Amino acid sequence: MISGADIMVKCLQAEGVDTVFGYPGATICPFYDSLYDSDIKHILVRQEQNAAHAASGYARASMKPGVCVATSGPGATNLITGIATAYCDSIPIIAITGQVKSDLLGRDVFQEADITGACEPFTKHSYLVSRTEDIPRIFKEAFHIASTGRPGPVLIDIPMDMQTNMIESFSYPESVNIRGYKPNTKGHTIQVKKAVEMIKQSKRPIIVSGGGVLSSGAKLKLQKFAEITQIPVLSTMMGIGVMPSEHPLYLGMLGTHGRRCANKALHETDLAIVCGARLGDRAIAAPDQMSERTKIIHIDIDPAEIGKNVIVDVPIVGDMNNVLRGLIENIEGYKIEDEWDAEVKDLKAHYQNKISTFEGYVEPRTLIGKLSSMLKRKAILCADVGQNQIWCANNFKIREGRFFTTGGMGTMGYSIPAAIGAKLGLSKRDVVVVCGDGSFQMSLNELSTIVQNDLNIKIIVMRNYRLGMVRELQDNMYNKRHSATILNDKPDIVALAKAYGIDSAEVSSNEDAEKYIGKIVENDKPFVLVCRVHPDTPSIL
Amino acid sequence: MKYTLSVLVENQAGVLSKISGLFSRRGFNIDSLAVGVTSDPTVSRITIVADGDEYVVEQLEKQLNKLIPVIKVKRLVDGEFISRELCLIKVHSPAAKRFEIIKIAELMGAKVVDVAASTITLEFCDTTDKIATLTDLVKPYGIREIVRTGTVAIDKGKNSVS
Repeated sequence: MISGADIMVKCLQAEGVDTVFGYPGATICPFYDSLYDSDIKHILVRQEQNAAHAASGYARASMKPGVCVATSGPGATNLITGIATAYCDSIPIIAITGQVKSDLLGRDVFQEADITGACEPFTKHSYLVSRTEDIPRIFKEAFHIASTGRPGPVLIDIPMDMQTNMIESFSYPESVNIRGYKPNTKGHTIQVKKAVEMIKQSKRPIIVSGGGVLSSGAKLKLQKFAEITQIPVLSTMMGIGVMPSEHPLYLGMLGTHGRRCANKALHETDLAIVCGARLGDRAIAAPDQMSERTKIIHIDIDPAEIGKNVIVDVPIVGDMNNVLRGLIENIEGYKIEDEWDAEVKDLKAHYQNKISTFEGYVEPRTLIGKLSSMLKRKAILCADVGQNQIWCANNFKIREGRFFTTGGMGTMGYSIPAAIGAKLGLSKRDVVVVCGDGSFQMSLNELSTIVQNDLNIKIIVMRNYRLGMVRELQDNMYNKRHSATILNDKPDIVALAKAYGIDSAEVSSNEDAEKYIGKIVENDKPFVLVCRVHPDTPSIL
Repeated sequence: MKYTLSVLVENQAGVLSKISGLFSRRGFNIDSLAVGVTSDPTVSRITIVADGDEYVVEQLEKQLNKLIPVIKVKRLVDGEFISRELCLIKVHSPAAKRFEIIKIAELMGAKVVDVAASTITLEFCDTTDKIATLTDLVKPYGIREIVRTGTVAIDKGKNSVS
């Protein structure tokens, strides 16, 4: 005989899970008790939301689903923001929540919340377990659903009695058969050929790459496609890292907070080849105008993205690897016209974002640009949300590393827990956090997790005593009325970090900042570097 | 423009809430939704009549298809399917008016299913348009209550959804 809780652990092992992030509570105790005897590493976070973000960072680093665990009621509801973030950013995570005993469901008992109902809009799928026998099938399906097609979070809500019930034996299903879920990965050959024709006929094509290229692991294929055709590449926020930042064909991030040359190229193009991007409002502010101006080829694994935000001329539904392979095979011999090539080079040279500096402060954009070269080639940068995110997106120079941020949901407090996940997913990589003093204070409790698990994560806090992004919006749109965007100079972050047992320093010049970074990257201890940034330092210009 | 969609779904708890949640969340307007089990007891069929332009209905189809328990979505082609809706209409009917109302019911092919001192209840199964005609005709007498099942629809000829 075997208990449901033991089965849950065996299911995780069968899926190759080595690390889970969570926070225990009464209704998930049977699972935690079984976990205690297993070889799965459990990372105790300091608040459940961060378990979901950590699972997301882990998933992005390891390229397999991240797992987070919480108890029923408040534990589960605390997960929601993290689950919603993973949903918006299309990151595969499995959220496991305890639930009150099934005979108490619906009676509003202690720590009961309808979490499957609450998470309905933010999950790719969810399960409320009603029979212990179903646990293996549900886990098998959950991992399959989370990691295939367009990745996303799957929630498994397990009443306590389902964990304690004993059944005869455990066997993990070998395959999955879900009638309503058969993602089309192939990429229609005729559509691929149509796309190739359209590319050949275009005068000024560009590639817009999004997070889908990274999540499908098609980064190198996209680079190859761009290189053989010489088509310039822009990326969305989630697509940063598809091309090395210094690649001659790469123009940077597009959109409201993007690079001028990228937006200019988007304006000049007559054919946008959109790869794994949903073209949200931050990327394309006026989709109607774009559709009028240019033809669009849209490649995505999710058919519902096609035609959702922009009108598309050639849709291709399929896995990015397959579609890009098809494009590469069929486009043999094609190269963009010299005129466009020259024009793009010209754009790149002339339309760069300018940087102005303030004496006595760190210039964050210059520092982030410099930071890139001080880290290992494959470093992972976790950017939070706010001005710091834009500074990083436009200035961090990726070589072979990764850029983790929440471009879809924009959840403040994401970077520190995501970095914890990233470090556990790829322990050999340099992992650096860049956040603001607002976002830092949303997840500073995780410093404790970093210390407890001895994680080598360097945290750079861009400190301007402001909620900079909103303040900037108020400057531009609300007559400089700084409603609720001024933070005070407390806490003393250096003292705070030290209280957690993490070494820390505050600097107010790029020179000092670089000196510290140079030193701290040499050791394997966490560090919090507080950079004083002038409050008037803008996001972009 | 009205569209009729036939949706095959897993016959499990929570599927209907997933689907109805989708409508409100994505801002789709639906006129009616009718659910019932099919010849396969593990599959339910939902008929949805939605209002919107081509963009809205295409998005609706795609978003429905994204739901894991949704097995198949088919947009029925205008003029190529049969649709019916059942309604029960309770009409105010003093003895003096009873005969007139029964006459209207006969004319329209509705059935009288209950008669009381001051009301008469009609059962009518037809298309949405015909139901509108009948309700218009009995409105002057005073409609006390009306209850409708929502439209169900099936392809003409040999075509089918499954």
